[in-house]
Amino acid sequence: MTDSNGFSVIGKALPKVDGAMRVTGQAIYADDMLPGRTLHCRILRSPHPHARIKSIDTSAARRIPGVQAVITGEDLPVKFGILPVTQDERALEHEKVRYVGDPIAAVAATEEEIAAAACDAIDVEFDVLEPVMSIDAALANPRDERIQDYGGPNNIHKLVALEFGDVDAGFAKADHVRDDVFFFQGNTHLPMEQHSAIATYVDGKVTLWSSTQVVHYVHRALAKVLELPMNRIRVIGAAHGGGFGGKTDPFAHEIVVAKLAMLTGRPVKCTLTREEVFYAHRGRHPVLMWVRTGVTKDGLITAMHFRSALDGGAYGSYGVASTFYTGALQTVTYDIPAYRFEGCRVFTNKPPCGPKRGHGTPQPRFAIELHLEKIARDLGLDPVDFKRRNFVKPMTRTVNWLRVTSCGLDDCVKNVIDQSGYRNRERRPGRGMGFAISSYLSGAGTAIYWNDMPHSEVQIKVDRGGVTAYCGAMDIGQGSDSVLAAIVAEELGLQPDDIRLVTADTDTTPIDLGSYSSRVTFMAGNAAIEAARKMRAMLVEAAAANMGGDPESVAVGAGRIGDFSFEEASILAETRFGTLTSAGSYTPPKIAGPYKGSGVGPSPAYSYSACVVDLDADARTGLVKINKVWIAHDVGHAINPLLVEGQVEGSVYMGLGEALMEEQTFRKGLHKWPSMLEYKSPTFLDMPEVETFIVETNDPEGPYGAKEAGQGPLLPVIPAVSAAVFDALGVWIDEIPVTPEKIVEAMRRKAKGEPARYGPPRFPDIPYPPCIKVEPPPKDLNVAAPAAI
Amino acid sequence: MASELGPRAMFVAGGTDLFPKLKRRQFEVDALIGLDFLGDRVRRGDDDTVVDAGVTLAAASTAEALRAEFPGYAEAAGLVSSPPLRNAGTIGGNLCVDTRCNYYDMTYEWRKAAGFCMKKDGDICLVAPSSSRCWALSSSDTAPMAIALGALVTLAGPNDERELPVAALYRDDGIDYLAKQPHEVVTALRVPSAGGTRSAYVKLRRRGSIDFPIAGAAVAMRMDGDTVASCRIVLSAVASYPLEAPAAAAFMVGKRVDEETVRSAAEMAAKPAKPLDNADLSHFWRKRMVRVVVEQALARAGDQQPRFDG
Amino acid sequence: MIALEVNGERFELLLPVHKTLLEVLREDMQLTGTKHGCELGECGTCTVLVDGRPELSCLVLPIQVEGRKITTVEGMASGSQLHPLQRAFAELGAAQCGYCTPGILLASKSLLDGNARPTRDEIRAALAGNLCRCTGYVKILQAVELAAERMG
Repeated sequence: MTDSNGFSVIGKALPKVDGAMRVTGQAIYADDMLPGRTLHCRILRSPHPHARIKSIDTSAARRIPGVQAVITGEDLPVKFGILPVTQDERALEHEKVRYVGDPIAAVAATEEEIAAAACDAIDVEFDVLEPVMSIDAALANPRDERIQDYGGPNNIHKLVALEFGDVDAGFAKADHVRDDVFFFQGNTHLPMEQHSAIATYVDGKVTLWSSTQVVHYVHRALAKVLELPMNRIRVIGAAHGGGFGGKTDPFAHEIVVAKLAMLTGRPVKCTLTREEVFYAHRGRHPVLMWVRTGVTKDGLITAMHFRSALDGGAYGSYGVASTFYTGALQTVTYDIPAYRFEGCRVFTNKPPCGPKRGHGTPQPRFAIELHLEKIARDLGLDPVDFKRRNFVKPMTRTVNWLRVTSCGLDDCVKNVIDQSGYRNRERRPGRGMGFAISSYLSGAGTAIYWNDMPHSEVQIKVDRGGVTAYCGAMDIGQGSDSVLAAIVAEELGLQPDDIRLVTADTDTTPIDLGSYSSRVTFMAGNAAIEAARKMRAMLVEAAAANMGGDPESVAVGAGRIGDFSFEEASILAETRFGTLTSAGSYTPPKIAGPYKGSGVGPSPAYSYSACVVDLDADARTGLVKINKVWIAHDVGHAINPLLVEGQVEGSVYMGLGEALMEEQTFRKGLHKWPSMLEYKSPTFLDMPEVETFIVETNDPEGPYGAKEAGQGPLLPVIPAVSAAVFDALGVWIDEIPVTPEKIVEAMRRKAKGEPARYGPPRFPDIPYPPCIKVEPPPKDLNVAAPAAI
Repeated sequence: MASELGPRAMFVAGGTDLFPKLKRRQFEVDALIGLDFLGDRVRRGDDDTVVDAGVTLAAASTAEALRAEFPGYAEAAGLVSSPPLRNAGTIGGNLCVDTRCNYYDMTYEWRKAAGFCMKKDGDICLVAPSSSRCWALSSSDTAPMAIALGALVTLAGPNDERELPVAALYRDDGIDYLAKQPHEVVTALRVPSAGGTRSAYVKLRRRGSIDFPIAGAAVAMRMDGDTVASCRIVLSAVASYPLEAPAAAAFMVGKRVDEETVRSAAEMAAKPAKPLDNADLSHFWRKRMVRVVVEQALARAGDQQPRFDG
Repeated sequence: MIALEVNGERFELLLPVHKTLLEVLREDMQLTGTKHGCELGECGTCTVLVDGRPELSCLVLPIQVEGRKITTVEGMASGSQLHPLQRAFAELGAAQCGYCTPGILLASKSLLDGNARPTRDEIRAALAGNLCRCTGYVKILQAVELAAERMG
C-alpha cells in the first residue's frame, strides 16, 4: 500500500529484517562461533596503574600442557590507535603499563581455564610508578615520569583554544553575565555482550569475526600491526550484542587473536570477561566544565565562553575529537553571536575514555542547559521561553561555521511542554519537572583518517528475481540492515523481506565507515537510494521497451514494474543489459570552516530533541523517583518509526542511568567496581513510562529527509533530571550522576544558608594557548561562504 | 561427609552465593556437597510455622502461610536479589549468605591488583587498615526478619541436631560470621506463632532489583490494644551480623505507634549502626538512612492489620 | 555421565564437574541461543527455564538439574511456528541487539504460563532480574502485553 506521500515502505512501522533471527537464538554472535580445533585466548593484564616493565618471563606458562602459544608486546610492537594523530597503543605492552587492565601478554590454549592458568604463570617484573588519577594531578608536575611521551606540559594530552567573533565585545554588551562550574563523572557503555573476536589463518590470509562497530577501522589496524597488506585480511562483523560507542576502536584482543591464529594455524577466540570489558572502556570522559554567558535583560545571548577539562585515561583513543566535541555543538542549538572555546584533555592512569553515545557532547549539554536555566531564573524569565528565544533558525550557519539545515526545535519543545503539562505542573516540595533540549550530528562530516573518498557505498545485484544489497554498514542492533532493506525495497517497489542483505564484511561489501557518529541511516541510506534508483532505471527501461512505452509512464510498486512482475522485469532487464548491478555512494558535503580543528562538529544535518522529566525527590533521603519522561525528537523523516522510537526510548534509558546512577570511579588506582552488580544499570523497576514524539522536518539532504535518532535523544534527559531536582527541592546538583548523597548534602548546605548547590567548587588553571581567532561566516545559508576543507 | 572432607568441602543448595564466589576464587574447594535432601515445604502448625531450609526464596515470598502470618518475612524473601536468583536461592542459603565487602567481592585478578584482604588470601582489612578484624557486611535480607520474629534455626550435624535462636547463628566477625560448625547444615527455620504479630521489612538499595541491601530494617511487634506489647528491631547490612536494636524496641513498648514515637525509636535504633565504606553509596549517607528505614518499617508494621489473630 | 532433558530432547554427556549449565548448553550442545553477560548472576542474560521457572544457567551445575525439564530459547517455537512472545518481540522491535532477548523471552514465557494477563507492573517485577541496555524496556513491556493478548 502506498501512503499519501507516495511511499509504500518508508515511514511504516515494520519489524526489523533480522527480528526472527534474534528472537529464536539463531543470530550468530562472535562468541557463539566454535569451529573445530579452536584455541581459547586469555590476556594477562597489568595489576598496576602505572609501571615500567622490567622483564616478562613466559617460560613457565609455555610449559603448561595445552598451551599452544604465548605472545608479548615484542611479537606485536607496532603501535596503533583509532586517530592518525594518536597512534599510542600496543596490542600488548612490553615496555610500560598505564592502567590496571592494560594488556601485557596473551596465551592461546586448548581450554580457557588453561589459558587463564598460563596467564597466572607469567612472571612480570615491574618498576612501579606514581599513578596519576585525577585531572588536578595530571595538570601538576608528575612525581615520576609522564604517562605518555607526547603532549604536555605535564600530563596534558591536548589543548585547544578557538574564538569565533568578538567575545569580549559580546560580554560588554550584556546586561547580565553568569559563570558556573559543572562536573560530569565518567561512565561506560556496558553492552550486554562482552567483546569477542575469533580469527582464522588459512592460506596466508587472516579472517576475523568480531563484535565491532567499525569493521573498516579494525581492518586498517590489523593491517598495520600485523604488517600485512589489507587484501590479506578479512574482517566480518558478527551479530552484534550492543555497542553504544564501546566497540568503535580497534582493540587489543582483536589483534591478538589474529596474531595467535597466524602462529598456531588454528582458530583462536577471545571473549573478554565482564571485568575486562570495563577495562576496554572507551566510555564517557569525566569532564570538568566552566561556562560564562552574557545576556541582555530581555534574554538574548550576547556571548559565551566555555572551558572543558577531560580526564582521558591512559591513551589517546578518540580523545582529540572528544575534546573538540565538548565545545562544538553548543552553537547548534542556541544562536551565540560570539563564542570562545578552550578545551583540554589530560592523561590519567585509567582505562582510556572515548566515544559513548553522544560522544563528548552530553557533558557540555548538561552544563549549558543547567547554566541557561540558572540565567533564566536570575533574570526572572521562564526557562523555556528564555531558551526558545535563543534557538538557532533553520538554514543558517553558526558562529563556528556549522551548517544548520532542517531544525525542528520549536516543534519538539511544543510537544513535550504541552503534553507534559509542564506549565501547569503541580508545585509542591519534592515534586519537580525539568526541561532541556539538545542536538546531535547525523554523521561526522569528515572521516577519521583524512581522505576524499565516499563514506558509504552500496551495491545492488539483481538476478532472476532476487535482489541483494551489499554494504559495509554494521548493524549493531539499531536496525541499519532494516533501513537498507527498506530503502532498496521502496525504490524497487518491493517489501523489505524481499531484499537479501550482505553487510559488514570487508571482502564482499563495499565500504561503510561504521556504526558511529549516528552516520549510517544518513550516509548508507543516501548511497542505497542512489544504487537502487540506478537499478530501478534499468528495470524500468527494460519494462518500457517491452511495453512499447515511455520509461516515465512505467509505474513501480507492489512488486510490479509496469505491466510486469518484478521477476519478469528483472529477466527482461538482464536480457537487455547483461549482469544487473548498480552502485551508489555518499560523500558528505565539504562544509567545514576555515580553521584548524574545524573537522569536528560539521555534519550534513543535525537532529534536535526536547525533553521533560517529571520526578519525586525526597528532601530527607535524596532518593529520586522518575515518574515519567516526555521526549520529542526531530528525526527529519522516520524511515521506520518503530526503530526511531526504539532508539529514542533506549536513549532515554541510558540518559537516566547516567543521570542517576552510572559512574566509572576509581579507588587506590583501581576501577572501584568492574562488575554488573556494582556498576548500576537501571532495571525494569527503575525505568519510568516514556512518551515519545517523532517530529519530522524533512531534511533537504537526508535520505527521504531522514536524520539521526540513536544518540541525540540521550542528551537532554540528563540536564532535565537535574533541572527537575531543582524544581522539586530548590537545590542545584551541578554534578552527574545526581545521587541521593549529593542531594542530601546540598539540602544540608541550603539549610545552613550556604549556596544551595552540590558541585565542583572551582575550575583549575589550565595553560590554554592563545585563542585562534576565527571570523564568523555569513549567517544566511544562501550567502556563499568559503569552506576551507 | 562434610566432616570427612574437611574445610575444602562446601555445601551447596541454590548456589547463587557460592558459584560466583567460586568463580572469583573467593572460595576454593575440592568438593561440593549438594543439599538436595533438604525439605522444601512450609508447614503451619498450631504453635509455629516451619520452613524447610530448601524452600526457595521465591516460594517463601509467595507462601500463603508466611504472607498471612509473617508478611515481613515473605516480603524480605521477595526482596532478595532478582526473580531468577530467588527461584534457585533458598531460605537456608540466605541465612548463611557470606558477608560482603566491595574489596572482597571482586575477581581474583582485581583482588590481586588491590592487594589481598584478610578475608581471603591476605592479612589486612582494606576498609579499615588499622583494624585487626574483618568488617565485611552481613547482607542477608531474611535473617534480620527471622531474628525479629524470634525464629529458631535447626542445625543438623553428622550425629545430632540442635535448635538455636537465629540471632545465635551469627558472630560479630566478617570472616567467622556463622556460629555453626562447618559440618552442620541449616535444615529448617521455625517461626513461633505469636498471635497478631505485625512485621515489616524495609530494604535500601540503589535499584529496584538485583542489589544486595546497603541498609535495612526488620520490625516485628505485637499490639495490646492501641499500644505496643512487644517489639524487636533488627538492622541489615550495617554490621558483620544482623544488628539488633534492643533499646529502641524497648522504647516502643507501651506506646502508640505514632509519628513522634517512631521517630524517637528510629533515632535510638540508628545509633549503634556504624556502616563503613565497603558497600554501594557513601557510608555517611547509609548511616543517615538507617533512621529512615527503621521509621518506615515501624510505621508499616504499625499500620498493618494482622490477618491471623491468635 | 549426566543425562539432561533440554527442550524435550534427552542428552547424555560426560562432563567435567565444574562446567556450568550455561557452558554445557553452549559448548557441548551447541545451543548458543543462551547468552552470557557476566557469568556471575548479575545480569539475567543466561536465563533458562528449569521446570518452567527462570533460573540463571551460569549459576547452575548440570548435576543439579538432572531429571528436570530445561527450556532454552531454541525450545520456544513449535516447529517453525514462533511462540507468540517471539512473534510479538520481533514485530514490535523489542529485540534491538537481541543479546538479552533469549533470557527475557524465557522469563516472560514463565510469567505468562502462570499469569495469562499480567499487569504492566507484574511484567516489570517478573523481568526485574534481566538487564537490557538497548530498548529502555518500553517495547519489551508492549511486546509481552501484545503476546498475552494474543494468547488469551
